[in-house]
Amino acid sequence: MTTTVETTPTPRVTDQKVLVQVDDLKIHFPIRSGIFKTVKGTVKAVDGVSFDVRRGETLGLVGESGCGKSTIGRAMIRLREPTAGTVAFDGVDLGSLSSDALRKMRRRMQIIFQDPYGSLDPRMTVGSTVSEPIETHGLAAGQAKRDRVAELLTLVGLDPAYVNRYPHEFSGGQRQRIGVARALAVEPEFIVCDEPISALDVSIQAQVLNLLTDLRSRLGLTYLFVAHDLSVVKHISDRVAVMYLGKVVEIGPPDQLYAAPGHPYTRALLSAVPVPDPTAERKRKRVILQGDVPSPVNPPPGCRFHTRCWLYERLGQPEECRTVDPPLVAISGEHQAACHFAEESVKSDVGVAHMEERSIRHGTPTKALESLAGDAARGNGNQGDPLQTPGGAMEALAASLGAHLPSPGAPVADLGAPGSSAGVPGPDPEAPNVDPQPPAPGTRPS
Amino acid sequence: MQQEPVSTEDVPTVIDLSPDEARREHQEQMARQEAERKDGALLQVRGLSTHFNTPDGVVQAVDDVSFEVGFGETLGLVGESGCGKSVTALSIARLVPDPPGRIVAGEIMFDGIDVLKLDSDEMRKLRGKEIGFIFQDPLTSLNPTLTIGYQIAESIREHMGLSQKAASDRVVDLLGKVGIPRARDRLDDYPFQFSGGMRQRVMIAIALSCDPKLILADEPTTALDVTIQAQILELIQTLSEEFHTAVLLITHDLGIAAGMCDRVNVMYAGEIVETGTVDELFANPQMPYAWGLLDSLPRIDDVRGERLRTIEGLPPLLINPADACRFSPRCAYARDICREQGAQLTSRGSEAHLARCWATEPEGWIS
Amino acid sequence: MATISRPVAGEIVQPRRSAGLWSDAFGRLRKNKLALVGLFLVITLLLTGLFGPIIAPWPYDYQDLEAVFAGTGGPLPPLTAGHILGTDQLGRDLLSRLLDGARISVSVALVVQLVIITIGVPIGAIAGWFGARLDNILMRFTDVIYAFPDLLFIILLSVAFRDTAVGQAMDGLLLVFVAIGLTSWVTVARLVRGQMLALKETEFVEAARAIGVRDRRIVMRHLLPNGMGPIIVAITLGIPSAILAEATLAYIGIGVQPPRASWGSLVAEGQKYVRSEPHLVVFPAIAIALALIGFTFLGDGLRDALDPKLKGKQ
Ligand SMILES: Nc1ncnc2c1ncn2[C@@H]1O[C@H](COP(=O)(O)OP(=O)(O)OP(=O)(O)O)[C@@H](O)[C@H]1O
Ligand SMILES: Nc1ncnc2c1ncn2[C@@H]1O[C@H](COP(=O)(O)OP(=O)(O)OP(=O)(O)O)[C@@H](O)[C@H]1O
Ligand code: SF4
Ligand code: SF4
Ligand SMILES: [Mg+2]
Ligand SMILES: [Mg+2]
Repeated sequence: MTTTVETTPTPRVTDQKVLVQVDDLKIHFPIRSGIFKTVKGTVKAVDGVSFDVRRGETLGLVGESGCGKSTIGRAMIRLREPTAGTVAFDGVDLGSLSSDALRKMRRRMQIIFQDPYGSLDPRMTVGSTVSEPIETHGLAAGQAKRDRVAELLTLVGLDPAYVNRYPHEFSGGQRQRIGVARALAVEPEFIVCDEPISALDVSIQAQVLNLLTDLRSRLGLTYLFVAHDLSVVKHISDRVAVMYLGKVVEIGPPDQLYAAPGHPYTRALLSAVPVPDPTAERKRKRVILQGDVPSPVNPPPGCRFHTRCWLYERLGQPEECRTVDPPLVAISGEHQAACHFAEESVKSDVGVAHMEERSIRHGTPTKALESLAGDAARGNGNQGDPLQTPGGAMEALAASLGAHLPSPGAPVADLGAPGSSAGVPGPDPEAPNVDPQPPAPGTRPS
Repeated sequence: MQQEPVSTEDVPTVIDLSPDEARREHQEQMARQEAERKDGALLQVRGLSTHFNTPDGVVQAVDDVSFEVGFGETLGLVGESGCGKSVTALSIARLVPDPPGRIVAGEIMFDGIDVLKLDSDEMRKLRGKEIGFIFQDPLTSLNPTLTIGYQIAESIREHMGLSQKAASDRVVDLLGKVGIPRARDRLDDYPFQFSGGMRQRVMIAIALSCDPKLILADEPTTALDVTIQAQILELIQTLSEEFHTAVLLITHDLGIAAGMCDRVNVMYAGEIVETGTVDELFANPQMPYAWGLLDSLPRIDDVRGERLRTIEGLPPLLINPADACRFSPRCAYARDICREQGAQLTSRGSEAHLARCWATEPEGWIS
Repeated sequence: MATISRPVAGEIVQPRRSAGLWSDAFGRLRKNKLALVGLFLVITLLLTGLFGPIIAPWPYDYQDLEAVFAGTGGPLPPLTAGHILGTDQLGRDLLSRLLDGARISVSVALVVQLVIITIGVPIGAIAGWFGARLDNILMRFTDVIYAFPDLLFIILLSVAFRDTAVGQAMDGLLLVFVAIGLTSWVTVARLVRGQMLALKETEFVEAARAIGVRDRRIVMRHLLPNGMGPIIVAITLGIPSAILAEATLAYIGIGVQPPRASWGSLVAEGQKYVRSEPHLVVFPAIAIALALIGFTFLGDGLRDALDPKLKGKQ
């Protein structure tokens, strides 16, 4: 058994057809106050954003809190009405659909939320939560419905015996899995993942991330993956869009975007991400953004970033930055940035110096993997073809999953990458059939 | 946030509160600490056990934990949620809610003082003056009904005996130091008028208000954006360098630990399972739980699409833990001995690098 | 960034049978001594309301004149043979009259709350769910109702409809009860609206919308069950005020007509003799107090039991 730690990234099938097209999207929220509820201003949560999501691709969306990521995500599946602009799904303008047609369309697009506690109805059992979409769209009834729910639960790595439990009986990671099962129940093509792992503990984040990656390749899903953590986004995305104050300021394939960011904000974000490697941390050059994000009610004129931009300062505060809002322009190929001085930014080494020499990944040492080699063969059979058909092949999939599962407790985490299964210990047969979850912090200091 | 080792020329060593006095005070302090440092650590925790009485039984939240923090040193405490990080810090500051919590064993020596022997008055003095605490949640640790200025001045007046005027000047200085612009105008603001990042700075200002020797920072940036987090961490780092303050930094983000700390303790289920300098710990971790933590992080310098290895299973309940390696139910390398007897923290190569694992002991099966 | 929530102590899933939120709530209720006392009193009241006249030693309007004349000629004191609680000045057995009055108190509780539920809950739910214009209109309407003097409204109503079928039902009592209900649904409507507004923004409702669940179903399946706790509590706690309102009305002569008596009218009558025959006031007053205490304790207990924030604390 080869004890490869590094697996070759599975080639991801993305046909170049656009699945979701966002065109000059604006979403403004009126601020009302006083007894007469008069409009006192508008929060320009999303202010003129255009991009495409291609079928089969994962588009990462990053940015600081409040920059409009969730609002875009919700607008893309029409949970928010745009103030202006359009969202077209598979060529159909969602705004033009009647409410019935939209309801039918909802089968094809879904959302997974950040908060594994708030996103499940506390009064509904797991079974009814997962079967709600099935009933709503009349996909199955009676025994067929129950079978389907069991199948979905198995798919996300939960024991189907849990159907009659309530959300409060599960850990955070398990609840997030329930949310994923609910989203998958309608066999969607497109899923908005709105910070699906931000609220989870590190080791559980990794499990949910693996689950999402596995499902993506098996079901041919397209994701919009919203996060504020650039390392997570890089890990999962085919393309990454960076947002600042209601606008996309940079978009491109992660390799280019992370190695040579064209926007000073991206560099600042990159340099703010801590790297779990003391040597790399010491080596890199960082810029620390000063101050907070300006209010989206009155965004700064010209380039919105100029109030915090280090490049603007370095270049001696050019007037252009204060007066002209820079459009997104191509830097190279698919890589675009919205900065008047993008080429200066590309040339600089701020924030990404540590990227040049990829430091060795420390974690489980090779000798430990070798000592496990004997056991590893056991879990090594599941490299079958990734199923590309969404939905149709779910039964087959669930069956194939089931066959490889030592126990239904922790299955999906083990899928996919053969090399890595060496490091994934099989679940302890004695252990209760549950998701890893930290024992609770009780009272916090306050 | 570690940069190139900072030479003294780069960093203004002067605290600009009232420059001359501050400089003198600071130099004296440095000299004093220089002398003390030879005698040993600022904080020594030995055999600390803190238990909580709950309806289900006694939760052994912290179990026989020992470590030291040197003068001016930053020590990291990392681990999963619920492993006892906060309770450790609360125990040092004697802030464990009692009941249900109780420090049942151990010794905490702070700068030569036996903390557990102090009465509550002496403890309060020590807490405000010598030990600063930055709590996990900036939103709930400030009183929403009192102005920011008042809340910082409160502790200064109590511990430093300054006049109203002098205290208020000092508050303005402190707020400026933690990067709040136009500080004088903002003294009368209430916490809700500040953003999360600014509130956290106010917490830091309060923690620093009396020039403490030790800051207990409990996940000071968990609720903040990466950019604000970077600001706060840099702030803590420069301040600790300037004032030569020791920091016990609690975090679950190994990246933060790598950038900020001199040494790191990894905690699991109430015990320290590995400790060492950052470099030792990150380059040569010595126990499966530490491996798992490092493995499960997606890294910005990773090759895309790599699968993450995860730690399967569930941390044990801290009620009546059996005499076994507490990680054994989740450990892929466990053998019979792990389930029969808990391992001890023993040396791995260097004096500072200790790990609790049978497998990586010199005669273990992965060594 | 949203707040980071983590599991709370003791939440780790054990392989055990699901309890469900309601049975959890009942479990917590059972641990609450005061609530149990309340529950006991309420059940007793309901049973008396149902079976009171059957177990009563005398018909409520039977005048035991023999006994009265055998005595002092005035009301008989408690512990007289045959009349444990004594009689009134007409020789009517007080216990029997109290047992019959329980029926009125129970029906006032039920009718008033029924009116509140059928009017207040839908209005609150519609205002909260649809928001905007409809919300504004409905809420201004409730403001008007709220501002209108209750007593005046009830008197007007009972006068206006006295001769209709409703006015005649249950000896005219139904009309009074409905009138009380019509003045008291506003609080519940506002409460329901508040619940709807808060729940509407939750992610699980957003998830239901993303799935394409119809509005009606979202309200029925997600919003109402989740908002139920406070509503049930408000309704339970509203019962004492209904009983009290009936008593007040009876006291000023609206509602129960003699010879029937509710607990309120018993107090009103007995008051004339309060110096010489205090038992005529004391026993009905105790009955009213017990009913109030019962519902209040039960309501408080329900609030605690249904509040997930209090979970774990006992
Ligand atoms: N329903 C609403 N009404 C008014 N303002 C809103 C509403 N929803 C969002 N906003 C505002 O729009 C802006 C963008 O919010 P959004 O939730 O999209 O940010 P985000 O990027 O997802 O942030 P986070 O990382 O904190 O989730 C914020 O300023 C927010 O306050
Ligand atoms: N007041 C309390 N009552 C009962 N148990 C408690 C209490 N406070 C803490 N505990 C228990 O002590 C253990 C350690 O808690 P602690 O808060 O130190 O965790 P932590 O490592 O700080 O986690 P987090 O990363 O979530 O802050 C937990 O298992 C928790 O359940
Ligand atoms: S346009 Fe100017 S202000 Fe904006 S990002 Fe580029 S350099 Fe900075
Ligand atoms: S002592 Fe055994 S069970 Fe514990 S970490 Fe080491 S190998 Fe694993
Ligand atoms: Mg968001
Ligand atoms: Mg903590």
